[in-house]
Amino acid sequence: MTLASATVRSGKHDPPAGPQDERPRPVDRKGAGTWFLVLPALIPILILSVGPLLYGIALAFTDAQSGRTRSTQWVGGLNFQDLLHDTLFWDSFRIGLVWAFGVTVPQFVLALGLALLLNQNLRMRWLARALAIIPWAMPEVVVGIMWRLVYNPDAGVLNETIRDLGLGDGRDWLTGLATALPAVIVVGVWAGMPQTAVALLAGLQNTPHELHEAAALDGAGAWRRFRTVTWPVLRPVALAITALNFIWNFNSFALVYVLTNGGPGGRTRLPMLFAYEEAFHYGQFGYAAAMGCVMVAVISVILAVHLAGRLRGGEDR
Amino acid sequence: MSMRTSRTARAGQYAALLGYLVFLAFPFLWLISTAFKPARELGSLHPTWIPDHPTLDNFRKAFDEQPLLQAAANSLSAAVCAALIAVVVATPMAYVMARRRSRLSTAATGWVVISQAFPLVLLIIPLFLILKNLHLINTRWGLIMVYAVWALPFALWMLVGYVRAVPAELEEAASVDGAGRLRTLVSVTAPLLTPGIVATALFAFITAWNELFFALVLLKTPEKQTLPVVLTHFIGAEGAADLGPLAAAAFLATLPSLVIFAIIQRRITGGMLAGAVKS
Repeated sequence: MTLASATVRSGKHDPPAGPQDERPRPVDRKGAGTWFLVLPALIPILILSVGPLLYGIALAFTDAQSGRTRSTQWVGGLNFQDLLHDTLFWDSFRIGLVWAFGVTVPQFVLALGLALLLNQNLRMRWLARALAIIPWAMPEVVVGIMWRLVYNPDAGVLNETIRDLGLGDGRDWLTGLATALPAVIVVGVWAGMPQTAVALLAGLQNTPHELHEAAALDGAGAWRRFRTVTWPVLRPVALAITALNFIWNFNSFALVYVLTNGGPGGRTRLPMLFAYEEAFHYGQFGYAAAMGCVMVAVISVILAVHLAGRLRGGEDR
Repeated sequence: MSMRTSRTARAGQYAALLGYLVFLAFPFLWLISTAFKPARELGSLHPTWIPDHPTLDNFRKAFDEQPLLQAAANSLSAAVCAALIAVVVATPMAYVMARRRSRLSTAATGWVVISQAFPLVLLIIPLFLILKNLHLINTRWGLIMVYAVWALPFALWMLVGYVRAVPAELEEAASVDGAGRLRTLVSVTAPLLTPGIVATALFAFITAWNELFFALVLLKTPEKQTLPVVLTHFIGAEGAADLGPLAAAAFLATLPSLVIFAIIQRRITGGMLAGAVKS
């Protein structure tokens, strides 16, 4: 136990997260006063969140435009028909998927590595934990600006390093047709990896330590211990985190808006950037809303497949 | 760890950790380095990590070029108001969700999850139209309303975890001792919940302080705009012309979040995970 608490730096201040907690016991069985407590949150949620979402979906079936005098008409599935033939939209959709996979997968692998390292009794652990805060707390706008400075063709550290190593003159990463998307993906990985790592670390600290020791005594190697002891505990957390990361990444906006604003030639134009331009530069509210609907639909399908893994792994909670 | 780890494995672990440290730190160090470089060094084709002649010129220029103080004040007021509203409104509901299993709390939990999956564009277009009809476009209160409601899902998410961490037995004991419902809440539950509420409020603050998309859509005039929006003005249409002031402004905009985050980081992880695992 002392060993375990040595690795759980934060243990005693955190709410005891984890499946070992008991079910909540109802204190107030009569339920008096419940509505009074719920209304302050429920009303704004309904008016400013649930309502607008439904309104937004409805707008997808209209020809709503900004600043038009004529009243908005229902157009049925017309926007969706147009979308079907809008190659620019599907280009951006494909870019969004490449970006979301390209960020989420390395993000998870790197984060798992970092979490496992931070779970060890290493000396630089506190430093890594402290540094991991930086990308997490930074405004995405600043992350974008910072990496523009790193990628800057003349005054940036990346090209200077390439020149120092004698690997050539470097290049203009963010404006090159071939390099722009990989370059923004690297930034995406950097920005979200620590957050994932810290969450996985919290999950790791739920791993029963005794089991680990028992497995070690039985002669299980590091990989086997990871597979048989650590991973089963971590798996639900990992599934939830990768699912959320995928959604967030697919729907992300600010980072790429600042880095490339969708350029060069639309090579990094994520669906959200496309929909934003369509809605607020060209005023096509209905059409942009239809894009939003398609994004939700496709994401839901992908997630359903991903989370089906949770059901198949029978022994999970 | 009690497992015997061989020396080479240990060395490998340290090497990997060092790799992570470099990867995490270098862009930030470069930002700081750029912020303190005089214009002459920024123009050089061989930039250095440590400025030869460090200067504060870039910070001065940044304030000259863009209304940074005004923008910071706008961000501060929007973020503080939104965080306060979100927490005040979410705490009672989170309490009910954590303590009572009802259809309502299931629905609320479902909504918290679903609301994460919706692209913001689907929310902002109708909100834009609604706020326009209420004449709240380009106003502080319009933005605050949007931020408060946007902060509600994760505020609920975190707070439910914190409420569950308060043992229900304590409340039962108090009511057995004859304390009324309200008294139990105020004198038993609230003190135990306060650190979690503070952490949630600070997290809501940072999220609003860092937010770009809503602010970009809802705020039109420069004197109303928040810090992230104003930062994008440093990047011209053709990319950043003036790297020094850009770096200086970006560095300053990060400091508040970094300080707050350093204080609450561990609580956030715990809170989010508690919500994620248990609901």
